[in-house]
Amino acid sequence: MRTRPAARAGQYAALLAYLAFLAFPFLWLLSTAFKSPRELGSLHPAWIPRHPTLGNFRQAFDQQPLLHAALNSLLVALGAAVIAVVLATPMAYVMARHRSPLSRAATGWVVVSQAFPFVLVIIPLFLVLKHLRLIDSLAGLGMVYAVWTLPFALWMLVGYVRAVPGELEEAAAVDGAGRLRTLVSVTAPLLAPGIAATALFAFVTAWNEFFFALVLLKSPDKQTLPVVLTHFIGAEGVADLGPLAAAASLATLPSLLVFALIQRRITGGLLAGAVKS
Amino acid sequence: MTSVAEASRPAGRAAGGGAGGAAGRGAWFLVLPALIPILVLSVGPLLYGILLAFTDAQSGRTAGTRWIGALNFRDLWHDTLFWESFRIGLVWAVGVTVPQFLLALGLALLLDQELRLRPLARALAIVPWAMPEVVVAIMWRLVYNPDAGVLNETLRDLGLGHGRDWLSGLATALPAVIVVGVWAGMPQTTVALLAGLQNTPRELHEAASVDGAGAWRRFRTVTWPALRPVALAVTALNLIWNVNSFALVYVLTSGGPGGKTRLPMLFAYEEAFRYGQFGYAAAMGCVLVAVVSILLAVFLAGRLRGGEDA
Repeated sequence: MRTRPAARAGQYAALLAYLAFLAFPFLWLLSTAFKSPRELGSLHPAWIPRHPTLGNFRQAFDQQPLLHAALNSLLVALGAAVIAVVLATPMAYVMARHRSPLSRAATGWVVVSQAFPFVLVIIPLFLVLKHLRLIDSLAGLGMVYAVWTLPFALWMLVGYVRAVPGELEEAAAVDGAGRLRTLVSVTAPLLAPGIAATALFAFVTAWNEFFFALVLLKSPDKQTLPVVLTHFIGAEGVADLGPLAAAASLATLPSLLVFALIQRRITGGLLAGAVKS
Repeated sequence: MTSVAEASRPAGRAAGGGAGGAAGRGAWFLVLPALIPILVLSVGPLLYGILLAFTDAQSGRTAGTRWIGALNFRDLWHDTLFWESFRIGLVWAVGVTVPQFLLALGLALLLDQELRLRPLARALAIVPWAMPEVVVAIMWRLVYNPDAGVLNETLRDLGLGHGRDWLSGLATALPAVIVVGVWAGMPQTTVALLAGLQNTPRELHEAASVDGAGAWRRFRTVTWPALRPVALAVTALNLIWNVNSFALVYVLTSGGPGGKTRLPMLFAYEEAFRYGQFGYAAAMGCVLVAVVSILLAVFLAGRLRGGEDA
């Protein structure tokens, strides 16, 4: 289709405005992270730090147990990802290959779970976990994350299983392979990339999550990175801006990296989950 | 759209018939590992939460909890603070969802064109989406900072006022957090709508174009009908997510100043975990569930109707 030059110019102007709106807070965060205390105190903040420093990063690690919190987050997120995938894969297989009331109910649950007001769940969850002696424990939080990423993980995995042609499994069965053998040697290798994408998705979700962690973890040495980040903001809302920006930038890196890897797959899964079923 | 479901539909149907029977009996063993945790940690708590709403449960006093019927709901009905937060939640959810959708639609249409900066725009779109909400909130606190923030500095450069504390102003706090909400959710919405656009057949556009249809008519007769199911789904989900949002505003303002940004979720959180009123907070949760259920019902009804049209 032909587009007139004026229209084209307008399109580029709109696109540039969009890019600026998208990028400017992020660039400001990075800029703040590298500013010296003096420059942060100046009344005319500049976009590019005149004397860039790594001092804020050092100070961030001094002020809050960032490394420890990151380790907590890593443990919880890895645990949640592994548990979610291990639990969801068999069920997703059944849902994909057999239409049954159960798989319809599970599909419905996927939609409903996206709509959950966590506030209704958090109080009972708090009481249940307390009963199981899993309150204030990373294991407890990891389990909660695993279960709360399950619906979406199921959804993604069902799609991946359906994409593996059933004929391949039948062919293996004709060749005399048992059910388990077929699954392990034919289906599993084809599913591996999908399982990996699902695990990464669960990882990012858990790495970023704040509400459950805020409520369920009490001791300072158990807290995850998002919770510890909020400690940089004092009770009065007064923050040490440099270290705050430095810590916040660091906390984003893992999820950005992972997300860059799986973004396309998530878009597909999200849409499929929302539109079809 | 690199959709999973797209590729899968026909294959799934083909497989469904063949591999049946044998696995049928073993199926329960494959389902239980996921089903039990879901029942214990999400369905269970949901039902338990609804029960709690009818009790006087408080933190630290779970033993002597009494059934008090609809008393919590009656109190809620008379709680002006709750209604204020309900109203704020409504303004927030609509105020975020509508601009988000309109901006995202414009951008998706833009990005559907052959433009040079498109890969950059798509790559950048990942950033807000992947960021922890807490970091998004912290970042905007830096932008809004009265002294060292870029917003005030830019306004000063343009000669428009000086040093406003956006997040602490009674009048500016809610609009300020709404802007952050729009910023945070827009890319995701854009990418979803873009995927929907790229699913509509090119030939339709070309045919309409050959017939001499202008841009607006092409949008109304070709683009929008094809995009409608995606648009509806995305908007409904955004609305629901926004009703349920917590972290962004909690970190930005903690509900302040003077409760002007106290969303229902923040209100319920305070009731439950600052004042220990578990039963009362659960009742509030029930009200939110009801609101979300209505939204969900509208969404599902719309989706079914959309299906008939197609």
